[in-house]
Amino acid sequence: MKEIALHILDITQNSIRAGADEIRITLNESVTDDLLSLTIADNGKGMDQESCRRAADPWFTSRTTRKVGMGLPLLKMNAGLAGGGMTIDSTQGKGTTVDATFRYSHVDRPPLGDVSGTIALMILSNPSINIVYSHICEGTEWSISTREIKDALGEEAVTDLTIVRSIREIINENVAEMRNFRKGYDKY
Amino acid sequence: MEKLKSLADLKRIREEAKVKLELRVKGDNPEGLVQVKVAMATCGIASGAKPIMDFFVEELDKRGIGAVVTQTGCMGYCYAEPTVEVQLPGQEPVVFGFVDRKKADEIIEKYIKTGELVEGIIPVNYEKID
Repeated sequence: MKEIALHILDITQNSIRAGADEIRITLNESVTDDLLSLTIADNGKGMDQESCRRAADPWFTSRTTRKVGMGLPLLKMNAGLAGGGMTIDSTQGKGTTVDATFRYSHVDRPPLGDVSGTIALMILSNPSINIVYSHICEGTEWSISTREIKDALGEEAVTDLTIVRSIREIINENVAEMRNFRKGYDKY
Repeated sequence: MEKLKSLADLKRIREEAKVKLELRVKGDNPEGLVQVKVAMATCGIASGAKPIMDFFVEELDKRGIGAVVTQTGCMGYCYAEPTVEVQLPGQEPVVFGFVDRKKADEIIEKYIKTGELVEGIIPVNYEKID
């Protein structure tokens, strides 16, 4: 994967397939601490210990359409290449949390990419799942969720494709404000 | 245009644009809509399915075609990603492989608008017998 945004899109699919109705995506960036962390937590069916242990093995998958599962292994590889790592924490019946860290300044860290567009797209293509996106920048947090959008604009708003652009713009504006023109951050 | 910063801003703009929205027949009859499903598992995403989905969302809206664009998982055609399944109202779904922007444009202009088949179809290799 060339961008962190694509990893988000990809790993979230696991949560959707696990039957989650709430997925929390947290992106924490700090140039001061030279750290970027991505956490995807769901309340899906979770995994047993054996599956959890093997989840980052490319030859392991719960699918039957093909024999490989590259989503988590690719994320683990990219995190490892950028001086970080990945952990998976799962409880059967409770959900799964995937946590990946990267050194912000590492040359091999993939760029953030179109995170806001990805989040907007996910919210609109999964209207029945409450997707919560939190962005933390140097300790300041801002978040948006499917539920908030439904509360503000009505249930059917999240199926209206024309609001993709607006949701994206709202995320971009708020992230830009948190960054407050400080230097050293990725294009967002 | 003023900057959008909160959901309240968006709500206000949507209310102002409501008249325009109501003119569109979209959403009244889901069966009458074109369904576009973009395969977005690891294989699809790595091959560039995300920009293709953005393209369909933007262009179908711009060209005034009532459609639902959603993402699906991997259909096992990893070698042919990005793959896109298109179902015209009342017809069998058709899967197209190796979809780039040019192919996506062709799918919209030819298949979705006129029903004319375009190259790049992945044939159905088995069907369930009910």
